[in-house]
Amino acid sequence: MAVGTLRRSPAKRSKPWPETWVAAAFVAPAALVIFLVVVVPLARAGWMSLFAIELTRPGVEPFVGLGNYITQITSAGFWDSISKALFFTVVTTALELSLGTGLAMLMDQPMRFRWILRSLVILPWALPTIVNALMWRWIDNATYGSLNALLTQVGALHDYVPWLSQETTAMWMVIIADVWKMTPFCALLILAGLQGIDRELFEAARVDGGSTIAIFRRIILPLLTPIILIVLVLRTMEAFKVFDLIWIMTGGGPASSTQTVAIYAYRTAYQGYDFGQGAALGYIIAIAIMLLAAVYLWMLRRTGTTAS
Amino acid sequence: MTRSVAASRGIAWRLLGTATAVLLVVSACSSSAATPSPAASQPAASAPAAASPAASAAASAAIDTTTPMTLNVLLMQQAAYSAADITAMDAAFTKAYPNITINPELVSYDSLHDKIVTAQVGGSGKYDVVLMDTPWPAELVKANIVSDITSQIPANFTTGVFDSAWTAAKYNGKVYGVPWINDTKFFFYNTDMFTKAGITAAPKTWDEVEADAKAIKAAGVVKYPITASWKQAEAVICDWTQLAAAFGGSDFVDASGKALFNQGGGLAALTFMKKLIDEGLVDPASLSQTEDDVNSVMSAGQSAMALNWTYGLSVMNDPSKSSVAGKIKVAPSPGEGSVTTSGVNGGMSLAVTTTTKHPNEALAYALFMASEQSQEMDVANALPMWKASFDNPAVTKGNPDLFAAAKIQFAGLVARPVVPYYTKLSNALQDAIQQVLLGKKTPQTALDDVAAQLPTFQQ
Repeated sequence: MAVGTLRRSPAKRSKPWPETWVAAAFVAPAALVIFLVVVVPLARAGWMSLFAIELTRPGVEPFVGLGNYITQITSAGFWDSISKALFFTVVTTALELSLGTGLAMLMDQPMRFRWILRSLVILPWALPTIVNALMWRWIDNATYGSLNALLTQVGALHDYVPWLSQETTAMWMVIIADVWKMTPFCALLILAGLQGIDRELFEAARVDGGSTIAIFRRIILPLLTPIILIVLVLRTMEAFKVFDLIWIMTGGGPASSTQTVAIYAYRTAYQGYDFGQGAALGYIIAIAIMLLAAVYLWMLRRTGTTAS
Repeated sequence: MTRSVAASRGIAWRLLGTATAVLLVVSACSSSAATPSPAASQPAASAPAAASPAASAAASAAIDTTTPMTLNVLLMQQAAYSAADITAMDAAFTKAYPNITINPELVSYDSLHDKIVTAQVGGSGKYDVVLMDTPWPAELVKANIVSDITSQIPANFTTGVFDSAWTAAKYNGKVYGVPWINDTKFFFYNTDMFTKAGITAAPKTWDEVEADAKAIKAAGVVKYPITASWKQAEAVICDWTQLAAAFGGSDFVDASGKALFNQGGGLAALTFMKKLIDEGLVDPASLSQTEDDVNSVMSAGQSAMALNWTYGLSVMNDPSKSSVAGKIKVAPSPGEGSVTTSGVNGGMSLAVTTTTKHPNEALAYALFMASEQSQEMDVANALPMWKASFDNPAVTKGNPDLFAAAKIQFAGLVARPVVPYYTKLSNALQDAIQQVLLGKKTPQTALDDVAAQLPTFQQ
């Protein structure tokens, strides 16, 4: 505030902008782009989902209200695909979290070549999903895949197994491909959380006679809970709508055993020419994910570390 | 802090919070289903009225030979013509019409259908010419993606090209594409392995195929004598259709739309396929294989028999790609009972889109690619569809076996149904067939279940 001979009348005295308005101004251009490019098509898709739109019958688009949603919710194919998506989500998230935590603890240990470990760990995550999917498709190949070769050479298998051609193993191979790629992501986030924990707590615990397991359970896990929940939210959302990994590896087969809800929606819209139902499916997926995210965010708030 | 600052902070955070929530929702939806608007808009002019059907020069008369332009064409890189073939044909076209540049895009077969839909729906499509498979004309016509070119086909095309090739381009009596690929699945076998098992001649019936496979397996020549492209994709429908025709059935649905595939030949073929798997004669990995994988397996000497399109022969006998080059021979696809041979119509045609800005030039390109000269540039990968080529020794001398087999099979190709709901039906059948082959359903139940869904598809 100016103090001196130059005096301004109170009416013209300028206040500095509140910080929050400056922040909003920075966000505004991006928000506008997102609004135009994402929100508008989203709204249109929502509108489309209320009509019976079939490409093979252009011009005839009766309003059906929630008809598309009801058709999907009462169809066996839909629930089948939801169950596949849920199975994939639960298993991959559980594996990635547990392996990620272990990996993070390892990367946290002071050791000589820790930087090599940390650099190598990023590589799977850096691979584009398509490349990852193709790579695993070749590894799992029944006739000359390296997985079969490795297992037969170490004696774990007698004959080559057609991993991607059996409905019992196809889903697991897809899960392995996803876990291999995304565990580093979880590990890095958890490592960040680990490094925020005060080391003196460990020393104090050891002095009090705590074993490593007890330290992990009583000190590390509770302090990591916020990060773990964030990782859970992110991974659950991604895993539930998985598409490209499965599409490249198995195409949804064999016998639709890997046909998750996103693949089911794709086939309905682009191969079944049914855009009304496809849009309805998209919205059902979105609502399901939003519900999951809401549950997690509520749990996050309960741990008292929410932003506001 | 003052009340106004607190209030504005609250509002701003709420705004940011809403934006974040929207972001979350939106990123969650971004990989899900469709957001394009359907083609409620009118089609671009599909055929200039001035063309007279009799003159083969009619199309060329209306072509613009001065304005530089680019034609975007969507083709396939899987079976039939290779990328090199297409480049050569495109170069020849540009030589004839220097002002027209061709911009080809080659995708895999399974992507071709979806790409046509995604690119062309909405009325602002990118492509001028797209490659269309046999069962698609009905869907693409109803969705207003391809144009009617019946009046612009030169007379020599109508008479000179095999009828089976025209099936791939027609719907309701009108022509929507220029036939380009005429193909069916032939029977390929490894002569070396046959000799080792004591088999002297190619099998003529599917029962003989089974017997020969058992002999090869018993002699310890290969573990799985037969390899097939039975992935949950169109590939398995092609094989099943061909076998169904051999076992006596040739129509999926009757004239009134009732299912025929769950009885007669269709049922028998599926039962036979399951039997081959149960007996360990067909590689179980076939359930995730497409035709390219079949070529790889045969070329690696891992199997003795397979069905595949024409191009399989040139791949399997190519010394740079195959370890069994020179040992693979082709025979007509086996029959069964009173049926001598059968073939699924794998023909594809070049369609002019409704969104093209250069319909005459696009048609000229299609006619050029389909002309006798273009087709004879490479007969190793794709058989020509001109009757005259088959009688031309200069063309057939490269592969007399193939041409002989083709002549027999082309006479009676079986088409998959050209109906607007074909893809839905095909998807349901693919799933059903795989359920049977994996032992999760019996053939009758699986096919009956699909038949029960037919009315919903046909709405």
